[in-house]
Amino acid sequence: MADKLFEYAPAPESRDIARLRPSYQIFVNGGFRDGSGEAIKTINPADEEPLAEVAEAGPSDVDDAVTAARGAFRPWSALPGRERGKYLFRIARAIQERGRELAVLESLDNGKPIREARDVDIPLAAAHFFYYAGWADKLGYAGFGPSPRPIGVAGQIIPWNFPLLMAAWKIAPALACGNTVVLKPAETTPLTALVLAEIIAEAGLPPGVVNILAGGPAIGQAIVEHGDIDKIAFTGSTEVGKIIRRTLAGTSTRLSLELGGKAANIVFDDAPLDQAVEGIVNGIFFNQGQVCCAGSRLLVQESVADELVAALQRRLATLRVGDPLDKNTDVGAINSAAQLARIRELTEAGVQEGATRWSPPCELPERGYWFVPTVFTGVSQAHRIAREEIFGPVLSVLTFRTPDEAVEKANNTPYGLSAGIWTDKGSRILSMASRLRAGVVWANTFNRFDPASPFGGFKESGFGREGGRHGLEAYLDA
Amino acid sequence: MPDSTSDSTSDSMPHSTSDSTSDRLRVRKTYKLYIAGAFPRSESGRSYPVRSATGELLAHAAQASRKDLRDAVLAARKAFASWSSTTAYNRGQVLYRVAEMLDGRRDQFVGEVSDAEGVSTKAAATQVDHAIDRWVYYAGWADKYAQVAGGTNPVAGPYFNFSLPEPTGVVGVLAPQDSSLLGLVSVLAPVVTTGNTAVVVTSEDRPLPAASLAEVLATSDLPGGVVNLLTGVTAELSPWLAGHRDVNAIDLTGVPNADRKALQIAAADNVKRVYAPGPVDWSADPGTSRLSAFVETKTVWHPIGV
Repeated sequence: MADKLFEYAPAPESRDIARLRPSYQIFVNGGFRDGSGEAIKTINPADEEPLAEVAEAGPSDVDDAVTAARGAFRPWSALPGRERGKYLFRIARAIQERGRELAVLESLDNGKPIREARDVDIPLAAAHFFYYAGWADKLGYAGFGPSPRPIGVAGQIIPWNFPLLMAAWKIAPALACGNTVVLKPAETTPLTALVLAEIIAEAGLPPGVVNILAGGPAIGQAIVEHGDIDKIAFTGSTEVGKIIRRTLAGTSTRLSLELGGKAANIVFDDAPLDQAVEGIVNGIFFNQGQVCCAGSRLLVQESVADELVAALQRRLATLRVGDPLDKNTDVGAINSAAQLARIRELTEAGVQEGATRWSPPCELPERGYWFVPTVFTGVSQAHRIAREEIFGPVLSVLTFRTPDEAVEKANNTPYGLSAGIWTDKGSRILSMASRLRAGVVWANTFNRFDPASPFGGFKESGFGREGGRHGLEAYLDA
Repeated sequence: MPDSTSDSTSDSMPHSTSDSTSDRLRVRKTYKLYIAGAFPRSESGRSYPVRSATGELLAHAAQASRKDLRDAVLAARKAFASWSSTTAYNRGQVLYRVAEMLDGRRDQFVGEVSDAEGVSTKAAATQVDHAIDRWVYYAGWADKYAQVAGGTNPVAGPYFNFSLPEPTGVVGVLAPQDSSLLGLVSVLAPVVTTGNTAVVVTSEDRPLPAASLAEVLATSDLPGGVVNLLTGVTAELSPWLAGHRDVNAIDLTGVPNADRKALQIAAADNVKRVYAPGPVDWSADPGTSRLSAFVETKTVWHPIGV
């Protein structure tokens, strides 16, 4: 970067804080053990060095975990809600106590900037347990009947973009409602979930209430196809979500899906542009854009498009890409080689289809999985980069003239997870918010999350909500 | 496919269609489809004989085709924007108007239900009364459901955050096979109460009360296309409905368990919401489960500041 004003001395967080161990084990029926599957090395995406070895689960471990969860279900669901709640409060507190350790571990395993792991992932995970802990003895007031019952054993499959936070989103409401769970973290990011297992064991939860299995898609499939699971909750791609839906067809297994997105972030000519630029940056470069609700399509009103794109480019030139453990880093590493290849393929398609590609001057580390923040202008709705979820730090800019056209373009996608609106006009915010077919609408802000706030999609972004009172419904036989 | 060429008019027609005892010959009704507010025959030209519970011919009903179904989805999609943005108060008024219209034709429906289901006039009357009351029940929900299902969320930051239910979109309804009117109303009314539009495949063997209900809907200020009713063969139409990419949700109430799996697989193509309840007692308190099955929760954030 040319501007020396923005040279910072390195401020790395210490890697020792993660208390990284040579190997991690799966958690079944209250005990830690090596899985019967393959032992794999989990990689630090920032330097491609192995972090630790994880003995993955095999099909027999899935059986054991489900049997344990089934056995634990009756006594766990029979506990008074206030007692279940106290276990969850303990977990929330333990996550807070070990917050710094978990943040560093998350950053190492996932590649996300320590600033985000420390300020977003870990505090929100603790808050999620704290929030649902309080529901455990109040379920009769949640609007699902006077004495709603749990569903049973929940199989939960989560992605690699927010490993601990997604585990919290899944486990906390399930346990509060009296279910028991078998959770599978993503293959590339198992570590914080396995430390969470430690926290759960130390919190004294009865064996079998929570089981955590590391493994790849085959283990996810084994969970979905198991047959003695009453509910599947999946967060991941729309493609896999559809496969799960088909697999469960004709069964009584309940399902909730939180799938992909291609959110429109809509900027009107009366928006405060400097604030909008910050929101756009947060919308697409938060977590390297590896966010299902990322604001990956920027819709700008034509009259301010040039001005906004210029301001955005100036801002992107100040983004610091690099060592995720550096506290000044804004954009970290892409999670895996496979994801990096996917981002490259789609951005190549963007160039080939005629969009204009721009990136700030930026030195990337030599090793690791890196992708420079990228903006495409001159994007049409037909381009793949405007239609397909890239799941990377790539923004597609389209323009519109009227609010109607903005709505038309924003909704012109099979997805419907989130949307953003930037304008100073209150009536326009409310009108746009009601016309956008998306589960979460951020007006004059973007990518805000809270345990009290329901999250989930319309259309092919899935069904069911996580968070808030609404999030209980997915785990109650209502 | 049922034989549509037979013309075996019975000597003793059931009461809703029987010739009057006076010397005047009755004007019989042609039972047709209801699509986009109009009453077309099937574009396929097909019809099928509908018989009473005791086997007497009641009428030849239109046998809807795949093309009719697609036309109905198109009409429902077109009607969605305006119906879903109609005020909840106004939707409640329209639904109440349906109850008024149905009540005004109570005797006709008692006869049709009695013929279709082979129940006594008294039992049929009870069902019609329940059906009328069900419209009133849901009419009242229209402007209350969002208050019950939505609300503000106390997030940990300077943001105003609220959630509210929004209609899922176009809902495909495979209506119950047994309960020709009360069952139909019980599955249809909650879908449109929250602002969805509907494509309904009626009871296959008992379609006539549904075809007559279309006339009630058409005279109730319900905009054309909000409800589309197709009579015909459920197993023929349901795969197209379940697989249609512009249908957002499907209600499998009228599909036997054995046939549900294939429809759920087809529904996965566009992540349709699938509602597949067990046996239902249509006279019981309907609760809110059919309202919540076809809404999406939308959450809106806005910063608080000066």
